[in-house]
Amino acid sequence: MDITRFISTHRKLLLVGFLVLILIFIITLPLYAGKSDVRVLTTVLMYVVLAVSWAMFSGTTGYMSLAPAAFFGLGIYTMALLQKELPFFLIIPIGGLVSFAFALLVGLVTLRLKGIYFAIFTFGLVVFMTEIIQFLETRLWQRHGWQIIPIDNEILLYTIFGLVVVTVLATYFIRRSRYGLALLSIGGNEEAAEHMGINTTRTKVLIFAISSAFMGAAGVITAPGLIYVNANIAFSLFYSFMPILMAVFGGMGQLYGPIVGAVIFGYLEKTLRAQLYSYFMLGFGIILVAVILFLPNGIAGLVPTLQDKLGGVIQKLRKGGQAGQHADT
Amino acid sequence: MVERIPQLIIVGIFQGSVYGLLAMGLSLQYGVCRVLNITHGEFVMLGAVLTFTLSGLGINPLLAPVIIGPLMFVIGFVLQATLFRALKAWAPSPPAFEGNALLAAFGVMYIIQYIARIQWGGRLMPSYYLADIVSFLGMDFVKNQIVTFAIALALGVAVYLFLSRSRMGRAIRATAEDPGTAGLMGVNTNMILAFSFGLGALLAGTAGTLVSMRTAVSTSMGFSSTVIALIVVVLGGLGSVPGSFVAGILIGIVSMLVAGLWEPVLTVPVYYAMLMILLLVRPTGILGKK
Amino acid sequence: MPILEGQGVNKYFGGLAAVSNVDFHVDQGEILGLIGPNGAGKTTLFNLISAALPISSGEIRFKGQKLNGLKPHQICQMGVSRTFQETKVFANMPVFQNVLVGAFFGSPNRVSGADAAREASQALEFVGLSAMSATPIKDLTLVDQKRVEVARALATKPELLLLDELMAGLNPAEVSEAMELVTRIRDTGITIFMVEHVMKAIMGICERIMVLHHGEKIAEGTCNEVSCDKRVIDVYLGEETHAGS
Repeated sequence: MDITRFISTHRKLLLVGFLVLILIFIITLPLYAGKSDVRVLTTVLMYVVLAVSWAMFSGTTGYMSLAPAAFFGLGIYTMALLQKELPFFLIIPIGGLVSFAFALLVGLVTLRLKGIYFAIFTFGLVVFMTEIIQFLETRLWQRHGWQIIPIDNEILLYTIFGLVVVTVLATYFIRRSRYGLALLSIGGNEEAAEHMGINTTRTKVLIFAISSAFMGAAGVITAPGLIYVNANIAFSLFYSFMPILMAVFGGMGQLYGPIVGAVIFGYLEKTLRAQLYSYFMLGFGIILVAVILFLPNGIAGLVPTLQDKLGGVIQKLRKGGQAGQHADT
Repeated sequence: MVERIPQLIIVGIFQGSVYGLLAMGLSLQYGVCRVLNITHGEFVMLGAVLTFTLSGLGINPLLAPVIIGPLMFVIGFVLQATLFRALKAWAPSPPAFEGNALLAAFGVMYIIQYIARIQWGGRLMPSYYLADIVSFLGMDFVKNQIVTFAIALALGVAVYLFLSRSRMGRAIRATAEDPGTAGLMGVNTNMILAFSFGLGALLAGTAGTLVSMRTAVSTSMGFSSTVIALIVVVLGGLGSVPGSFVAGILIGIVSMLVAGLWEPVLTVPVYYAMLMILLLVRPTGILGKK
Repeated sequence: MPILEGQGVNKYFGGLAAVSNVDFHVDQGEILGLIGPNGAGKTTLFNLISAALPISSGEIRFKGQKLNGLKPHQICQMGVSRTFQETKVFANMPVFQNVLVGAFFGSPNRVSGADAAREASQALEFVGLSAMSATPIKDLTLVDQKRVEVARALATKPELLLLDELMAGLNPAEVSEAMELVTRIRDTGITIFMVEHVMKAIMGICERIMVLHHGEKIAEGTCNEVSCDKRVIDVYLGEETHAGS
């Protein structure tokens, strides 16, 4: 029995088995791995949330948002401000809510802008927030950033994993629903979508806000790992670009695309960035350009082509075998 | 404080002319090539850092653009002729191309910035030229403010005349307006695109030289120039070259007034607030066409 | 009985009047043709009806209800659907999903998944594209893409269908097929208002015709009346009949 047929008939089983393996891996990691490995995995999972939620909005509607850093940073600051007042697990949904509300406001105001103006605006928003918060901190509140009370690494790992599960499930169900169809149609042709009965403004703003909520929650969970935060750290544009690179590289056509991209680049970022900072950033730039140029549909976009090629190779091998048999007789 | 206003405005005009020069290049690149060149500030940085390096070798900053200008032009030319041209050919639609070009430009921004950083390091390089004060009409100005204004204005006027009077200028404007028809009329649009991009880069590099006369430079200074250029360009109208210059002057005045009368730290947030408000109210800018 | 009425409809772009003081009406169950030279304002009028563009002044009423100030999705859910001059299909999904969008969202009430799927299948069958349900849009010819647009519009269960240059780019055989499709649509009870340049189609299936020129209505009436109208002949039809389409 050849392998492609085996895979296709037992697809669901293999997928479930694969996911269970991942689950076991993540849950048991703290038992046998060192502290830094746990931190690497936590960071990777944070990127998974960011990449998947970015793709939730930008991958469907086609509006290029550079704002993830704004909502992520908002989550970090929510944690910084509330860490002494409320328990950690309560701050997470609050951070999500704050980002949701802010994104709702921003979305209502800006989602009528054409593509490139929307991108510029979201880019400006991140920098604007950085500057304003810096100003407020240095001039009005007389402080330089915030110390974050550390939280157990294992708790952070499991919490961010929980958020990953929630985010991925949300994306899965949205994709399959009529709401997901509406989003795709906006990305396909917004004017036509509007004419087929879709309230495009409401649809866009809602998904923008929902995706931002996940980013905010991720910010809350990431903050304790950073120990110290200020406006530049929290609202770094890197937290916008990385998820974008990850999602584009992995491919936004499939749910697993951004996840694959996040795992690969999150791991690279966490392990390489500190030592080889300039070279890492240079490499990041090169890869970003290469991906936009050669892989606009990402890895996920390559899969159908690979499947065809793989199928073709197996066919040839089978035919070759048969020909050999015939030659013998 | 109020007595300072006339001086602040005049200095603002001087400063703004450099912003205008900066933005003209970006406007040209977007207007013709439809690429929002986020890398623009990095060309400013290169111009500034190279001017500093050349002055260390004994070359007068006023002469530096003669070497740096063509160099920037070539880099810009090649960038458009290879990267952005390929992106345009492979993109499924114009909005998709613009989005991809924006992301690719971010990538190039990181590439240029970090190559420079690897070469020159991240330190601040003290550079200044003609920093002595002159008095005029009872107000004090720094000599380089006047000189940079003169150069920026001259260059701005030159570019404007080039675009409006010369044959190539007409070809450029035609390509910006309707590339398809321009091509049918015999215009080598690929050449025009690459040329315009190169010209924009040249203007950015020259602006960098001018900036280096007044402030210390570093390899990370590009970003803030990009930010200012973006704001000015949107304010003046994406694609309107004269609009960019006028808007640059405006922003220069605003920045001086904010810094002088209120809080220097707030100049950037004020720019952004202006940008965001403008995008919402009139995205096509003061002199832009829809 | 008019299902769609317009009074004093004006649309200005800056100083230019794209549609100038146009009165019109579409009777229930009829096929009304809208013709005129390029730039006459035909598509602009459609854009005003479907609210793709805001009206400058005047009133448009659908089944007695004012359309001014409504958004396109609301007008769709009221029962007005359209196709577009430059085919606006959703290129990022296969044929079936394109039509499914219309089925889900074209109705003001919530439609169940099963019902929507059924509507979509029926619409595809009606236009003759059932075999291509799973095909990606980019693999379709222009003719078939136009049919997808029609199926998608039909799936929204309209009472009035605006067709914008459906026949553009079609060869004579395809034009005949399209004419037959339009007639079949009307026979199900849907009123049709169509912009067209292809005279064979206009003369063949329209009961009445309206003529626009430079944004103004210069003639209205049956095919015979309009084709004999001197102003129309001067402006438009004369060239067309000579061209022998």
